[in-house]
Amino acid sequence: MSKVVEMKGITKIFPGTVANDHVDFDLEKGEIHVLLGENGAGKTTLMNILYGLYQQTSGDIYINGKKEDIRGPNAAIALGIGMVHQHFMLVENFTVAENIVLGHEPKKGLTLDMEAAKTSVREVSDRFGLEVDPDARIEDIPVGLSQRVEILKALHKGAEILILDEPTAVLTPQEIDDLGEILKNLTNEGKSIILITHKLKEVLGMSDRVTILRRGKVIGTVQTSETTADELAEMMVGREVNLSSDKAEKAAGEVILNVEHLTVKDHRNLPAVKDVSFEVRQGEILAIAGVDGNGQKELVEALTGLMPTESGKVTLCGKDITGASPRTVIEAGTGHIPQDRQKRGLILQSSLTENLILGYHYQPPFAKNGKMDQIKIAEHGKELIQEFDIRTPNQDVSAGSLSGGNQQKVIIAREFYKDPPLLIAAQPTRGLDVGAIEFVHMRLLEQRDNNKAVLLVSLELDEIMNLADRIAVIYHGQIVGILDAAQATERQLGLMMAGGTSADKGDVS
Amino acid sequence: MTTAIFISLLTSAIRLATPLLLAALAGVYSERSGVVNIALEGIMTSGAFFSIWFTHVTGSAWLGVSMGIAFGIVTSSLLAVIAVNLKGNQVIAGTAINLLVTAVVAFLLEIIWHRSGSTPTAPAMLTTNPLKFLEGIPFLGTFFSQLTPFVYIAFLMVGVTFFVLWKTPWGLHVRAVGEHPRAADTVGINVYRTRWICVLISGALAGLAGATLSLGTVGLFREGMVAGKGFIALAALVFGKWHPIKTMYACMFFGLFSAFNILAQSFGVDAPTEFLAMIPYVATILVLIGVVGKAQAPKADGEPYEKDEK
Amino acid sequence: MKGKLRYLWSVTKLPIVAVAFGFIVGAVCIAVTGNNPLVAYMALFKGSLGSIPSIGETMYKVTPILFTGLAAAISFRCGLFNIGAEGQYVVATVATVAVAWFGQGLPRLVLLPLILIAGFCAGGLWGSIAGLLKAKRGINEVISTIMLNWIALYIANYMVRVPLSTNVLAGLPPEGHSVIIPNVAKLTKLKEMVPSFGYSSAHTGIFIALAAAGVMWYILFKTTIGYEIRTVGLNASAAEYGGISKAKNTILAMFLSGGLAGLGGAVQITGLVFMVNQSPALPGYGFTGLSVALVGCTHPLGVIPSALLFGILENGSRQMQLAGIPSEITSIISGVILVFIAGSLILKLAGDRLKSFGKNPVADTGKEGA
Repeated sequence: MSKVVEMKGITKIFPGTVANDHVDFDLEKGEIHVLLGENGAGKTTLMNILYGLYQQTSGDIYINGKKEDIRGPNAAIALGIGMVHQHFMLVENFTVAENIVLGHEPKKGLTLDMEAAKTSVREVSDRFGLEVDPDARIEDIPVGLSQRVEILKALHKGAEILILDEPTAVLTPQEIDDLGEILKNLTNEGKSIILITHKLKEVLGMSDRVTILRRGKVIGTVQTSETTADELAEMMVGREVNLSSDKAEKAAGEVILNVEHLTVKDHRNLPAVKDVSFEVRQGEILAIAGVDGNGQKELVEALTGLMPTESGKVTLCGKDITGASPRTVIEAGTGHIPQDRQKRGLILQSSLTENLILGYHYQPPFAKNGKMDQIKIAEHGKELIQEFDIRTPNQDVSAGSLSGGNQQKVIIAREFYKDPPLLIAAQPTRGLDVGAIEFVHMRLLEQRDNNKAVLLVSLELDEIMNLADRIAVIYHGQIVGILDAAQATERQLGLMMAGGTSADKGDVS
Repeated sequence: MTTAIFISLLTSAIRLATPLLLAALAGVYSERSGVVNIALEGIMTSGAFFSIWFTHVTGSAWLGVSMGIAFGIVTSSLLAVIAVNLKGNQVIAGTAINLLVTAVVAFLLEIIWHRSGSTPTAPAMLTTNPLKFLEGIPFLGTFFSQLTPFVYIAFLMVGVTFFVLWKTPWGLHVRAVGEHPRAADTVGINVYRTRWICVLISGALAGLAGATLSLGTVGLFREGMVAGKGFIALAALVFGKWHPIKTMYACMFFGLFSAFNILAQSFGVDAPTEFLAMIPYVATILVLIGVVGKAQAPKADGEPYEKDEK
Repeated sequence: MKGKLRYLWSVTKLPIVAVAFGFIVGAVCIAVTGNNPLVAYMALFKGSLGSIPSIGETMYKVTPILFTGLAAAISFRCGLFNIGAEGQYVVATVATVAVAWFGQGLPRLVLLPLILIAGFCAGGLWGSIAGLLKAKRGINEVISTIMLNWIALYIANYMVRVPLSTNVLAGLPPEGHSVIIPNVAKLTKLKEMVPSFGYSSAHTGIFIALAAAGVMWYILFKTTIGYEIRTVGLNASAAEYGGISKAKNTILAMFLSGGLAGLGGAVQITGLVFMVNQSPALPGYGFTGLSVALVGCTHPLGVIPSALLFGILENGSRQMQLAGIPSEITSIISGVILVFIAGSLILKLAGDRLKSFGKNPVADTGKEGA
């Protein structure tokens, strides 16, 4: 087997961190090779170097045996390397065809030859079995289809080597299987593929070899057939990992949050949440499972007052909070760990002290009659930092200078201080390393054990199955079923996430 | 309403719309690539001044126009440096340029002509219809006789701009850079260079707009003569949803309001002059109230692009 | 204490460098006119600070731009660009003359505060129009405030020419300005309190301005109103999440901002000018206020030394003119300072952010000891 890519001794240093530390990586023709590691391990950095978006500090790259200096994406594309990014690089209001040919458009004299573009897009699409409509606008097509467009983008440029960065984040389990099929087809056609992921299941199902990165260093490269999930997890994290949390048996109490026939429109005035009903009780974690983009964001924002409610009723501890403002929802007893911690949850330029009172800054003891009590505020900050072990030199540094895990701790500390009867946690472990994930899980279970109601929205099935007492699956804005976690299987959930129902599988609404 | 007054109104509206149109088209290039251009006012001032100056120096109005365009480019390059290379705040940069140009122009007025307030009248102007043959057309002849060369150029630029931005590959690149610069970057488009070129084109057009105001109307430069037109052009841009043809209609609409002010006496309108003078500005606000909310700027408009370190 | 000083330096070094840069460019322009920059700058500083009367002159030049600087600062803090301080100032001057004339029967202790409040409210209301347009319709405040500037100017010219004119109100022949305010409405001149101020027209308005700066500092940093305004300015999404209303604070910030500009107008009329003139152009204090705010790091207390600097430039330019140097040089210096700040603002912020990312230890999983 010939090596199409060889990366030798790649080191990449950013100010203050070593992202890649003497990394050796190779790719053989026709194989699917996974780059595995936690968030922050250096996988995307390494591939950005291969694709020319970054330049390595030291080390060499050989493509098809020849040493190359890849100065930019154009150089990488010329060498037959294509990259499908984790966050899609598609212009929303352009068509599929325009996005695919962007950068190497067919011309007729001075003008853009869109007819030729569309024809060539159809050709590539047919050849590899990736169906798309060249005239559709990206903003109108579903997320899973956008990924296909990204792959076509690379293939259309003649990529022989494909890099896919976390491709499965937006897919249902069935779509992940489909992706596996597509990748196999591609390797049969002679393409070689690098998959970046932190999801063990995908690794085992789809790859020939795995290279594990931890903190910028290669821990090892193994044949997929010769390893197990536990072994990979241990290599990824560096110690034995308990892949499941211990959850105490608990009987749920009173209904805290009651959602009835809730309908919410998204920012384009299309219904994103359709006639959704569920309740969350004291002492339980209700998880909303579903593929990203099925209405979870709009559901959470409507419940927390950040988006308007079209119709329906929401009651918290007996109080009607339908369509209420964020302040009213907070005062009624809600804590909210937002999906986007840097955009919603923190003021990055402000100190930790100022961040730790956001939401109740106007209430005693922090403020009286509009005047703020700086001493009490500072004390509060100090206490929370200590109690939640937030790693920071002091409380006056800006929130933006903290690591992702510590930023999340600031948000959790602040929300937990309120001791709210209802806690809404939206993708609380996104982008965090294993240690921080364990911390968040522990705290969520703690709330549940203390008789609070927790509404968890997550894209990670493992997390949901670990933590939830009951699981509601959302698909196209509707709740297709609510299952008891103890009885639910991944296959069942996967089916529901793709639109199937669980009518005959023990629905517990 | 007599035909003469009607034609007068129409041609006034078109002549008044012309500098707005050129400035608004300048804004189209800049903002479509993602750079907010608050400096249109200052660039127009710069174009108005330098075109008159060079006309004094060379005696030729067309040479004056080319200098107005040249200095428009120079002024806009300051915006380009701050917005693209230094990734500074584009609104502050634009405002700063406006203030700086006002100061520089006042300074130059002093040291070149030892005057303040306005320059002497230029030896040549461009206020007459260059295409005399069109005046021979019956019925429409009088209409054409009241147009200036700038009018023809401006309307031609509308078509050129549409063609360039929507029918050429480079135009696709520009729009991609304005919507999703990172996506454009990852397919190998040079975001910085694209934005620079667009800002410079923007400077050229706005400089030309300034020349329209000075050489195309009174033949001299007067401090404060731009009088907010750079901002009305921005409003027209929003009204026209950053699209050259719709922006053209928006500018004609504003031109009509300005014309009404000037011709109010002919219509026998008896209102204080101050209220008539206010009309274009009030109209701008009313238009914005009616339009904004439905208008969508290019997604990355106003955000400096930070290319990840290499 | 050392940490605080180091922080102060890191925050002020940008404006200080920008100012230095401005003076360098100014020196080049002076040299171009065939003069010696050092001589010119000496004349500048001597002219503005060389004697007690000249310090007085500088003080009264500082007063209006201190107000408009505060106005700009508070709008910046809420993430807004209030280019409309000009119009807010102008509207307030008209209100000032009206209240002063029609209230002239009132005792001074009642009339003066009433006038100042009227000026504040007039400017505040004018500013909140733009705030409302932004909050309810998302209209860019740069465009709306500039339009409102021109509308304010024309309204003022009309008011001066017709209802508030000398012939309508005082029975005197019509002139190009409004009726003159009665003596009871005028602020005390400093030379009446401290004779060494000599010929200077300096007035007590400077103290009102300094007090305003103190009050703004308190509001911005010690009250919930200030916390909310600042949070909306730093991250409107997070503010919303935290229950803070972006709409309400936008309007409030524009009201306070316009109010400060308006107060500046009221003080200028009652302290110095005593009337409103018909004018073809806007006075310019609002635009200068933007530079004052940015050089003062948009901080109410930082605005004070910044306004002093611009006041020195303004006052000293006359002295420079006597030395044969065009007075426009000082506007060029202001312009260059602002351009420099525009270019460097993001660099500085980015630089800080990158430096503190570096401090993040790679070994930090947040788990140890949790």
